[in-house]
Amino acid sequence: MMILKKYKWALIMAISMFALYLNQPETALNALSISVSDIKIILGILPPVLILVGLLDVWVPKKTVIQYMGDNSGIKGLLFAFLLGAIAAGPLFVAFPIAAMLAGKGARLAYIIFFMGIWTSIKLPLLLFEYSFFGGTFTAIHAIVNIIVFLFGSFLLEKLATEDSIKRLRSMDIS
Amino acid sequence: MMNYGLWAGVSILLIVSFFKDRTKTLKALKMAGKQFLNLLSALITIVLFLGIIRALVDPMIIGRMIGPESGILGVISGLVVGSVIFIPGFVAFPMAAGFLEIGAGYPQVAGFIAALMGVGFVFIPLERKFFGLRLTILRNLLCFVAAIVFVLAVWGVGL
Repeated sequence: MMILKKYKWALIMAISMFALYLNQPETALNALSISVSDIKIILGILPPVLILVGLLDVWVPKKTVIQYMGDNSGIKGLLFAFLLGAIAAGPLFVAFPIAAMLAGKGARLAYIIFFMGIWTSIKLPLLLFEYSFFGGTFTAIHAIVNIIVFLFGSFLLEKLATEDSIKRLRSMDIS
Repeated sequence: MMNYGLWAGVSILLIVSFFKDRTKTLKALKMAGKQFLNLLSALITIVLFLGIIRALVDPMIIGRMIGPESGILGVISGLVVGSVIFIPGFVAFPMAAGFLEIGAGYPQVAGFIAALMGVGFVFIPLERKFFGLRLTILRNLLCFVAAIVFVLAVWGVGL
């Protein structure tokens, strides 16, 4: 019963897919092949990232994270968040477990949000790709706008976050 | 792709870690496995949903929505469509560049791309497992605002 509840939405999607197949078999097969290619991407990247996060979780002491990204890490924390986000690769959902692990180890919420913001747009490989398709002006505006918006936005979001959500993140025991 | 590098790197770290401390390494693996199982239901839902949506919606429909003379309405469409669906960057960029070729404007494409990268409507069930609903919505809103500012900047510059 628990399993059924947990997979309720997945089941609804599977049934929708089947219903689509009965009506438009070609579209459904196309949909399925898109799903399969998406899941391949996810399975190619998520498991190693989760293992990496697990390893970091057991090996990196809380003290270190607090020193580099904690409440009192100042500009260093911001720079560190920027670097982590910029060297990353992969879709945003990969950043979630990393961000949650850092938060659980005492990284400041604003820096975590900044990290995720940078991840969405200033990743180095993605920037080069963007440059080759849309040119320098477009890419530069994108990067600059995002840095500015996320710089202010992440501190604003930290203020808007309730004690509850911060406590939840801090106490999150991903094991 | 670069994923091989990631797998190789993580494997090496795993081996080193295993020789240094077996218990810690097993704990890390157990955590990873547990988290993966925890995310699985949301992942399956998201992937099936995206498959259906992307099979039903021809990319050219999006192209037309944000196409020539679509103006402010095209910007809004780009922002909304980009927020709702998810397309990996290496698929989305060439696709959006194709939109430019058929006459879409830079502001419209900017809105689409920025929302696509930062706002993930369909990923909310996954994201909230980590950050809770409130923070998840706030973060998505922030990225939406960033996308709007980006559009305005691109428009202002006259691209």
